[in-house]
Amino acid sequence: MNLEFSDDERAFRDEVRSFLNDRLPDDVARAVAEGRELEKEQILRWQAILNEKGWVATTWPKENGGPGWTAVERHIFSEECALNNAPRMPPFGLNMLGPVLIKFGSEQQKAEILPRIIDGTDWWCQGYSEPGAGSDLASLKTRAVRDGDDYIVNGQKTWTTLGQHANKIFCLVRTDNEVKPQAGISFLLVDLDTPGVEMRPIRLIDGGYEVNEVFFTDARVPVANLVGEENQGWTIAKYLLTHERTNIAGIGFATKDLERFHELAAEVTRDSQRIADNPIYAARAAEIEADLEALRITNLRMLAKTRDGAAGGVESSLLKLKGTQIRQSLQDLYRSALGPQAAPNADDLSDNELTVPVDAARAAPVYFNHRKLSIFGGANEIQRNIVAKELFRG
Amino acid sequence: MDFNLSEDHQMLSDTLRRFLADNYEIEARNEQAYAAPYHSADTWEALAGLGTVGAFISEERGGFGGSAEDVAVVFEEIGRALCAEPMLGTLMGLRLLADFGCEELVEAVIGGEARCALAIYEPQAACDFSHIKAEARQEGDRWFLTGRKSAIYGAPGADYVLVAARTGQGIGIFLAEKPELIEAAMIDGGGIADLVMDGLQVKCLSPDATRQIEDVLDLGRIALCAEAVGAMTHLIELTVDYMKQRKQFGREIASFQALQHRVVDMLVELEQARSITIAAVAAYGSPDQSRVVSMAKNLIGRAGRHIAEEAIQLHGGIGMTWEYPGAHYAKRLVMIDHQLGDRTDHALRIASSAPTREAA
Repeated sequence: MNLEFSDDERAFRDEVRSFLNDRLPDDVARAVAEGRELEKEQILRWQAILNEKGWVATTWPKENGGPGWTAVERHIFSEECALNNAPRMPPFGLNMLGPVLIKFGSEQQKAEILPRIIDGTDWWCQGYSEPGAGSDLASLKTRAVRDGDDYIVNGQKTWTTLGQHANKIFCLVRTDNEVKPQAGISFLLVDLDTPGVEMRPIRLIDGGYEVNEVFFTDARVPVANLVGEENQGWTIAKYLLTHERTNIAGIGFATKDLERFHELAAEVTRDSQRIADNPIYAARAAEIEADLEALRITNLRMLAKTRDGAAGGVESSLLKLKGTQIRQSLQDLYRSALGPQAAPNADDLSDNELTVPVDAARAAPVYFNHRKLSIFGGANEIQRNIVAKELFRG
Repeated sequence: MDFNLSEDHQMLSDTLRRFLADNYEIEARNEQAYAAPYHSADTWEALAGLGTVGAFISEERGGFGGSAEDVAVVFEEIGRALCAEPMLGTLMGLRLLADFGCEELVEAVIGGEARCALAIYEPQAACDFSHIKAEARQEGDRWFLTGRKSAIYGAPGADYVLVAARTGQGIGIFLAEKPELIEAAMIDGGGIADLVMDGLQVKCLSPDATRQIEDVLDLGRIALCAEAVGAMTHLIELTVDYMKQRKQFGREIASFQALQHRVVDMLVELEQARSITIAAVAAYGSPDQSRVVSMAKNLIGRAGRHIAEEAIQLHGGIGMTWEYPGAHYAKRLVMIDHQLGDRTDHALRIASSAPTREAA
């Protein structure tokens, strides 16, 4: 047994660290630390910096413009990014559509679309969920009906993350009503400036805007925008979801959150006692730290399995379940530690009116926002179903 | 043994519930509660007109109630309707005004013509007010305060702020008229303020109000517990309704046993929350007051978070949206734990206090 990274992997980690140290813009790192939604410009600026280094499309092979990293290298990169407050790049083009096109796309689609994902020309968003199709995705109703060289698309998508920044959307659409639901779905690429496509923002519990609804009314989409075969969409969707679940444990984010808690605990005083000296808080933080250390090892065990080609849906479901529980408990701990100082809406106050640092003052909205972790990307109930199905199989 | 409300309390509860159901819209609430003065003057006037504020004060002091049960009845309805009106600050401030014989002000606040708030806590003093640092200085018969108060609930737009500060005799209570405040909305709606004082001239109500402050904070905690019980009750109703209506995999999600059991656990927490609140109401004024109130505030903190998080999860994405009322109930339930001491503060308070036991 050996829990250490190899010499090459350690050298790679050092390279990532010094790159982040040298190149990550301060304003970007600060926005990440404060739990704010980044400006589009900030994300694109960071993407351009990563692109110079060839580190944008971390999951892609070399021949398609990726760095050709192993699963372990990808893990090291995403962990270092989280620890250094580098933003998580929107995964829709890079980790979802990219890998799908590389596997299922035509040569022309690959040649046209992939470079524009890497250099930030196109911002893709995801059209999967619908008001009536969330956990039960296969029941989706958005219809694409063939008309000459076009599809006519009608329906509604929802929970479209960062759609407000996007110019393109990849969608699951129904192309056959006569077969069982999974067999009648296709994977279609749509320009958001197509007549009949309308995006509307959804305001979330924390007051912010990061998801949207997308309405399709007789939108004409060229048949050439189909990825793979007609009615092959479910196969593609399942393939894509395995990519959505890479880095699903969020070890780096949790490690960073625990570090932030300890910094806060050393600073915030309640009833003349530092939170760090309060045995109840110390014990809660210690327990979460133990959970996190175990999950870090679980993640490495799964990573080793992936390297050996044996990891599947059950592993990523386990990682998602425990990883989201740990991150949510850290958000709860952080918010709780502030006591009454978590109550005022920090956006109503100037920095010198606040009695705690601004990232701490935003603890409550960040906590509420992070309730999404156990809902999106396959709700935790669905992850339990996946594991249970395997556990109780015939 | 009788856990039913008295006829008067039932009438107060019914009146308030009907008024809020008919007149208090959550969409309007979400506009008012996040923009200065963080509440609606019209709603406040109407609530005062119904005797809601008067219920906090006994008849001999000019009100129509004054017991912990009166307070709990009002706040349960406030919670059920997710009313963001500045009821907590008014309750606590008004009780101290009455304690110190400010008859005219008491009458004005009960009638809805004036509003008051209470400034006890400071950035470093979160639950145990013996840690406050603000100081009062006396020059002849004039008093001046210096220090920073925070977590002044309902202060934006209030006419009077009662302020706690150290005197030579203990912790006194002082009256400031429309002081300049640092105002904000709370995360869950409603106004909150800080007060920075550098020789602020005030009127002294009492140079040593330690006992009265302790009492009024415990009563405020009981109010928050009752508010939470009302909010929990409604949030669980919303969750059950949604689960009966939401279909996935060809059937109502309410039909999935794994989800049903989670709602059952929420209901168990609600019943516990209701019971400990009743216990706190009963203990108010007894030697066990602070211990049982702390039990209630601790349990409510835990149950409120559990029910809020589960309600959001069982709704899925809808539970995360601003548009959905349940999301705002969930926010309130989580944030109640940040007021007047949280579950940790109160756990420590329970652990450090010995129960008073009757001889067997």
